[in-house]
Amino acid sequence: METDTDFEVRSLDTFYTGQAKKETLFSYLKYLIMGILFGIILVKSEVISWYRIQEMFRLQSFHMYGVIGSAVLTGMISVWLIKKFNIKTIDGEKIELPPKKFNKGQIYGGLIFGFGWAITGACPGPLFAQIGAGFSVIIVTLLSAIAGTWFYGLVREKLPH
Amino acid sequence: MIEFLKQPWPWYIAGPLIGLTVPALLILGNKTLGVSSSLRHICAACIPSKIPFFSYDWKKEVWNLFFVAGIILGGFIVASFFSDPDPVVIHPALAAELQQYGITNHQSLLPEQLFNWHQLLTVKGFFFMVFGGFLVGFGTRYAGGCTSGHAIMGLSNLQLPSLIATICFMIGGFIMANLILPFILRL
Repeated sequence: METDTDFEVRSLDTFYTGQAKKETLFSYLKYLIMGILFGIILVKSEVISWYRIQEMFRLQSFHMYGVIGSAVLTGMISVWLIKKFNIKTIDGEKIELPPKKFNKGQIYGGLIFGFGWAITGACPGPLFAQIGAGFSVIIVTLLSAIAGTWFYGLVREKLPH
Repeated sequence: MIEFLKQPWPWYIAGPLIGLTVPALLILGNKTLGVSSSLRHICAACIPSKIPFFSYDWKKEVWNLFFVAGIILGGFIVASFFSDPDPVVIHPALAAELQQYGITNHQSLLPEQLFNWHQLLTVKGFFFMVFGGFLVGFGTRYAGGCTSGHAIMGLSNLQLPSLIATICFMIGGFIMANLILPFILRL
């Protein structure tokens, strides 16, 4: 396997020793439920709205900054508490947080995603939520995003990282 | 209660709830929040094409696909039971700018004059729906994450690479929205 630059695929992380308990179809339901809640929040807070993203990038509204900022703050405090009190998972496993290494992809890829975010008015989470909320044509945008991911996989060795 | 739920939720309610997804996924099963990786798993499952980047056991990551299936369902639930019946409230300056390009219908969360099946076959529609989506998929994987994986999960864990990525997301968005989109919207 080539050098890892994508730290979101847990089973490929060498440091990760977890996966103590085997998941079953039933235990996967909890992630479905978390997704449902996440999707509801994305729609109700209008994070999935093209208009809110345009306002964010034109500095016309505080809304998106408030959402992302308070989400990060809540996440930071939570992660700090988990580390501080050594909180375990519901199955008693130690919680492991993957460290990320810097590579140039975070700059080039970050800029390219930024372009796409402003055009579509959606990051990947909202794309799924928009489809669920009835914007059927966004299926095309999602398929195109999958194609973009596939194309990255195809040419990744030729790209600077 | 239903009336309250129907209104758009303010940032100080939605933001902390989104942030709580981070500890919830960690505690439920040692999972790190990240949506864009689902696109990689879909490639690995459906079109791996012997590409090394997609040659891994995607079944071990299937929780992520349950999570995004949930996001779709969540969107469906809101649309079915407590969507906001009023037009989207948008900043007057944005409304004035969009009016120049003939975008005047702000009834739903996406401007339907821009995002619809007929527009797909126009240059403008192709740019917004197809090209834009391609950049989202390509860019997030090149960067190793999106708003959820880098901006929320990565920053929560104080990862410098995630801060760099998030700053680049914002720079890219500012350039596109202010310098390039005005020309495309005029098409």
